[in-house]
Amino acid sequence: MTTNSESSVRDVQPEGAGPEPSRPSLPPRRSWRNKRVTLRVGRAEMKVAPYLFIAPFFILFGIFGAFPIAYTIYASLFDWTLLGGRTDFVGLDNYVRLFGDALFWNALGNTFAMFVMATVPQLLLALMIANLLTRTLRAPTFFRMGMLAPYTTSLVAVGIVFGFIFAERYGLARYLLDMLGVGEFNWRNSRIPSWAAISVMVDWRWTGYNALIYLAAMQAIPRQVYEAAVIDGAGRWRQFWSITVPLIRPTILFTVILSTIGGMQLFTEPLVFNYGRIQGGIGRESQTVAMYIYERTFSGTFSVGYGAAISWILFIIIILVALANLYLVRRSIRSADQ
Amino acid sequence: MTTAPSNVETRIAPPFRSSRRRRPRRGVGTRLWEASPLTYLALVIACVLSIFPIVWSFLMATRDNQSAYRVPPPLLPGDQLAENVSRVFAAENGIFLKGLINSAIVAGVITVSVVFFSSLAGFAFAKLRFRGRNALLLFVIATMMVPTQLAIVPLYLIMRTLNWTDSLQAVIVPFLVSGFGVFLMRQYAISAISDELIEAGRVDGCSTWRIYWNIVLPGLRPAIAVLGLLTFMLQWNEFIWPFVVLTPNNPTVQLSIKIISAAHYTTDYAMVFASTALAMLPLLVVFVLFGKQIISGIMEGSVKE
Repeated sequence: MTTNSESSVRDVQPEGAGPEPSRPSLPPRRSWRNKRVTLRVGRAEMKVAPYLFIAPFFILFGIFGAFPIAYTIYASLFDWTLLGGRTDFVGLDNYVRLFGDALFWNALGNTFAMFVMATVPQLLLALMIANLLTRTLRAPTFFRMGMLAPYTTSLVAVGIVFGFIFAERYGLARYLLDMLGVGEFNWRNSRIPSWAAISVMVDWRWTGYNALIYLAAMQAIPRQVYEAAVIDGAGRWRQFWSITVPLIRPTILFTVILSTIGGMQLFTEPLVFNYGRIQGGIGRESQTVAMYIYERTFSGTFSVGYGAAISWILFIIIILVALANLYLVRRSIRSADQ
Repeated sequence: MTTAPSNVETRIAPPFRSSRRRRPRRGVGTRLWEASPLTYLALVIACVLSIFPIVWSFLMATRDNQSAYRVPPPLLPGDQLAENVSRVFAAENGIFLKGLINSAIVAGVITVSVVFFSSLAGFAFAKLRFRGRNALLLFVIATMMVPTQLAIVPLYLIMRTLNWTDSLQAVIVPFLVSGFGVFLMRQYAISAISDELIEAGRVDGCSTWRIYWNIVLPGLRPAIAVLGLLTFMLQWNEFIWPFVVLTPNNPTVQLSIKIISAAHYTTDYAMVFASTALAMLPLLVVFVLFGKQIISGIMEGSVKE
C-alpha cells in the first residue's frame, strides 16, 4: 500500500534537469532502509557500482570528445600539415593570420547570413504551426507525422532533391517563380539567391521538428488562461502573442540555442547543393565556415594547425552568438512572470 | 540551464483533465479549441509542402531522365523504377550497396551501444546515490551543447594515428555513447522505475548489476525504443564525419549517394533520384511504423531539457 502512495507522490514531483530534486516525504525512511540494505549486500559493491555504470560514458566521451577538443587548442599553435606532420611551434600566428584572411571573413559572413535567413522564418513558422496543432483536430497524429516527415530525410538527400528544385534553367523553383512573374535567379553563383535556396532547405527539414517542440510546450499551458483571456476580449492573435509566446519562452530560448549551434555549423546542405564543391559557388558565394575548415584541413595545403585555429574561433563565435540571441529573445519576449 | 525547472513544471501540470471546474463554462472552452476550416487548410498546405519533395523524389525515381525538369512536375509514377534502381546498384562499382551494408552495420552497432550505455548511466544518475552525482550529471548535459565540428580535425589525427581511417571503427567508436541518451534515460528512469522494487531487489541480495538487468532494463523498455529509433535515424543520416574519415572505397550510404549525385547529376537524374529515394526508404518505413513513438520522444525529450 505504502508503495503506491509513495510512487504517486514522486510522480507529481517535478524533476529538475540539473539540481537534485527535493523529496520531502522520503528521507527519514530511506536512510533507515539503506542502512539495512547495505548490511546485506556489502558496502563496497554499492559504492563502486554507480561509478562503473557511468564510467563507459565518461571514458569514451573523454577519449573521443573532450580530448580532441582540448587537442584542437594544442594543434592550433603549430604550423602543422597533414603531409609534413607537426613542425614549428608558432604560438598565436594561426589566429593572427585568420584575422587577415578574406576567405575566412567571407565564409563567416555567408554562415551568419544563412543562419539569420533560415532561423528567423523557421522559428516563427514553427510557432504558428504549433499553434494550429494545439487545436482539437481530427487525425492529429497524421498532421504531426506530416510535419515531421522531412526530419527523417538525410541532409544529403535534402541537398540533392533541392538541388534539382533549384536547378539553374529548368528547376521547379524557376517554374513557380515564373508563374509569379518574378525573374530568373542564379541559384548557385549569386549571393542572395544561393543563401535563400539553402535557407529554404534548412527550413524545410527543421520547421516541423521545432513545431513539435513548441507544441509540447504549448500543450502544457493551462486552458483556463485562454478562457480568461477570451472573457477579457482578447482575440486569437492577441492570445498568441500575449499568452502563448511568453509562456513557452524557455522552450523558445532552447530552440534558439539549438538553432544557433546547428546553423553556425552549416556544412552538408551547401556542400551537396553546390554539387560537392567545397568552395560553395564559383565565387564562394555560399561557402560556410565549416566548409572552409574542411577545405583548409583536408585539401590544398592540408593545414591542420590552421584548421584547428578556425575551429576554435568558430566555437567562440557560436558561444557569443548564442549568448547574443539569448539576450535578444529574452528582451523581446516579455516574461510571463513579470 | 536555468530555464529548465520552470519548463518542467509547466509540462508536469496536467493541462486538460484536472479542470472539472471548467464544465459550466464549457461553451467558451470547446469553441476556443475548435479547429476552423482555415486551420485545416493551413495545416494541409504545410503538410503538402513538407511531404512534396519526398514524394517528388520517389516519383522521379520511377521515371525517365526527361522528367526531372518537366514543368509542371509530373505527378504520376513512371515505369522506369527497375531500370533506375539497377543503374543505382551498378554505379561507381556498386558503391551504393556497399554504403547500405556499411550504414546498417554502423547505425546498428551504435544504436545498441548507445541504448546500453545510456540506460546503464541513466539508471545510475536517476536511482543510485554517489558522491559527485549532480556535478557529473551537469557535465553530461553540458556535453550535449558542444558543437561537433570542434573536434573533427583532431579526431581525424587520432584516427590516422590509430590507422583507422577508411575503416568502419572510425565512424562507430566516437559515437558509442551519447550525452542526450544518458539524459533521456535518466529522466525516464526517475518516474518509471520504482524505488521500492530496487530496494526489494537489494533485500533479496541482488547486486547492482542484477538490479539493472532484471528490474531496471525491463522497466525502461519504452524509453529504450524511443532512444533506439532516434539514434538509428541520426546515425543513418550522419554525413560530415564519414565524409571526412572514409573514402569512396568504404562509404556509408549518405556518402555513397553524395558521390553518385556529384558524378551523375548532369547525366542521369533518374538514377540520382532513385539512389536518394532508396537511401531515404528505410527511415521512412521506420517512421511510418513507429511515427508515434518518434514524435513522443522528440516532444518529451525536448521539453525536459
